[in-house]
Amino acid sequence: MDFRDTPEEAAFRTRVRTWLEANAQPRHNDDERFDEGMNEEQRLAAAKEWQGRKAGAGYAAITWPKEAGGLGGTPMQQVIYNQEEGKFLVPRMVFEVSMGMCLPTVAMWAAPELKARYLPPGLAGKEIWCQLFSEPSAGSDTGGIRMRAEKQGEEWVINGQKVWTSSAQFCDYGILLTRSDWDKPKQEGLTMFIVDMKAPGVEVRPIHQMSGDSEFNEVFFTDVRIADSHRLGPECGGWKVMLSTLMTERLSVGGNLPTNLHEGLITLARKARWNGRPAIEDARVKAGIADAYLAMHGLELLLARGITAVSQGKTPGPEMSITKLVGAKGMQDIAGFAMELAGAEGLLTHDTLGQEWRFMQRLWLSAPGARLAGGTDEVLKNVIAERVLGLPGEVRSDRKIPFRELER
Amino acid sequence: MNFDFSDDQRLLQEEVRKMLAATSTSAEVRKTLAGEAPYSAAVWRQLLDMGAAAAAIPEAYGGAGLGYLELCLVAEEAGRHLAPVPLASSIYLAAEALLQGGSEAQKQHWLPRIAKGEIIATAALGSAETYLTPAPLSFDGRTLNGSVSALPDGSVAGLAILRHDDELLLVDLAAAGVSRRALPSLDPTRPYAEISFAATPAQRLGAGNCAALAQRVLDAAAVLLAFEQVGGAARTLDMSRDYALERKAFGRQIGGFQALKHKMADIYTRNEMARVHAYYGAWALSSQAPELPVAAAAARVAATTAYNYAAEEAIEIHGGIGYTWEMDCHLHLRRARYLGQLIGSVHAWRARLGDELVKGAA
Repeated sequence: MDFRDTPEEAAFRTRVRTWLEANAQPRHNDDERFDEGMNEEQRLAAAKEWQGRKAGAGYAAITWPKEAGGLGGTPMQQVIYNQEEGKFLVPRMVFEVSMGMCLPTVAMWAAPELKARYLPPGLAGKEIWCQLFSEPSAGSDTGGIRMRAEKQGEEWVINGQKVWTSSAQFCDYGILLTRSDWDKPKQEGLTMFIVDMKAPGVEVRPIHQMSGDSEFNEVFFTDVRIADSHRLGPECGGWKVMLSTLMTERLSVGGNLPTNLHEGLITLARKARWNGRPAIEDARVKAGIADAYLAMHGLELLLARGITAVSQGKTPGPEMSITKLVGAKGMQDIAGFAMELAGAEGLLTHDTLGQEWRFMQRLWLSAPGARLAGGTDEVLKNVIAERVLGLPGEVRSDRKIPFRELER
Repeated sequence: MNFDFSDDQRLLQEEVRKMLAATSTSAEVRKTLAGEAPYSAAVWRQLLDMGAAAAAIPEAYGGAGLGYLELCLVAEEAGRHLAPVPLASSIYLAAEALLQGGSEAQKQHWLPRIAKGEIIATAALGSAETYLTPAPLSFDGRTLNGSVSALPDGSVAGLAILRHDDELLLVDLAAAGVSRRALPSLDPTRPYAEISFAATPAQRLGAGNCAALAQRVLDAAAVLLAFEQVGGAARTLDMSRDYALERKAFGRQIGGFQALKHKMADIYTRNEMARVHAYYGAWALSSQAPELPVAAAAARVAATTAYNYAAEEAIEIHGGIGYTWEMDCHLHLRRARYLGQLIGSVHAWRARLGDELVKGAA
């Protein structure tokens, strides 16, 4: 066991860090954001500029072959880059869906001329992509989508609604899951497309989240026309294409989890007072700090196991499937515990309590969403039970019935 | 980054696993459950002869001279197979105390005997929680008087290392004035005894700071016990999963009911969290890292809660059959409690983790 880099890894880390130091400002704490005080337009411009700069240096897609604009590097090098980039104040979210899901799907399924058209500008940050799978009546049950795709000659006509689409308000293209055959069972009648988000008939409406932010959107499609050449995979092969998209997402290890939240609790507990004494002296508070460490540092150690596998050229083990489950609930518990440190005053916003509360309060407001996004806790528990432990799948009554005959 | 055991270490683990699967069977464990023997001499002998029990004792003292990482994996297998042997008392506690604090003469005298299995050693290094009030120990520099209430494997031990105020004492239990009384345990596979001393010769273990030494030994034991707990918890989940696939109710496998699927996913999650904390403890222990106090306490808390939970819910998942004497579920329930309380409860260790984290934060 050894947490240090191999000589090759250390050399790559130095190279990446040197480049980052020359191109970005270091981050001093979890709460610092690159986009402080920027409006939406400025934020977007900064994100595109950064993506372009990364692409110029080969860091936009480290594992992609050089011919495709990548670095021809290893998954471990991608992990190292992510770790180092996390120490700098740079935009990280805007291109996450493009790079993590959409472009790999295009690279896997699109015709050569489409790849030539879409991959280079996507990589360079000139175009942003979104993923359009979920619908109002199909969340965890993605196979139940109702977005209608009707073939007319060499074109498809699209009608319906998507929901929870990140970044749709400023996206250029999306990968769109539709239902093209209503007489087949639910998962067999789906077809995937590349859709131009600026095409006539596409309307984006932001969702007002309980956190006050609007990171997600509803997207309405009314008679939107897509050329058949922009189909990804075969007609009615959309389910398989979607699984490949989600697979690339699952393979990404590392990232941006706040794994040292217990330190944030310690800071707050030193200022908070319980029965007239610093809260940090109370055994119950120290137990809460211990539990925070157990959850979040445990997560960091889990990631270290995953990274070890990647470093050795292996696939990360099944234990990685618990990371999101532990992380999201951990954040919720810890943020709630932080609020309790201040008792009744814990309900006051950071405007009154002080800047040191901003991060925890933001976490508390985002944690319910984190428990849903990318698979609810309950779906993830099913995944662990079925794929890791080998327990039977859920009883399904809709598998063999034509979709149009299913009850809504 | 290499946060995993090496291929050689895994190979040793595999050998130990095969040996224990063949020897530490349910029937063998149940001999100690029934009080036919205080421990399984056959399993203990095999662990000693393989060099597994003494993996972390240097060759100069008769051990295998491998290291703590190897011993951690031995512990995981011992836990998985409910090995009814004095690993914790003789190896994790007593041998460790000798190694960390003994004088050269004390190490030379006792460690080879422990490593070869000529004697079993035990230790009581001080616990945060007590209930009984045995006659207090008194030591005049040469002889010892008083009693110790709950010494693990005390009825078969030949050597005891005891905390007395600010010193650790080394007591040859074959010496004069030693009397023992076996105490029934809720985990009969791991027995306790009360030992009383009447003018029994004793000597100090090494010199130096006793409190720091005792804590260092307890930290090592916490990591090693965590591996036993992780092994036991994994085995318990396997048993539950297998039974849930086999048993049918309402016309289907009970393992298909979401209530049980989610329960087992929760057990798996706690087990894997305990495992990574145990791994981190193994790293800290084997590399003598300053992170050991935090890592050991975290491993202790995570593994204790995980094994207790896995063992309690295993009976729930098995249903009525799990509550019978014949099923092994209760062996794990008992062992989980034994391992989880042997060096102090989860509350004391959670408090220690909190203290260390607060101390470590600038």
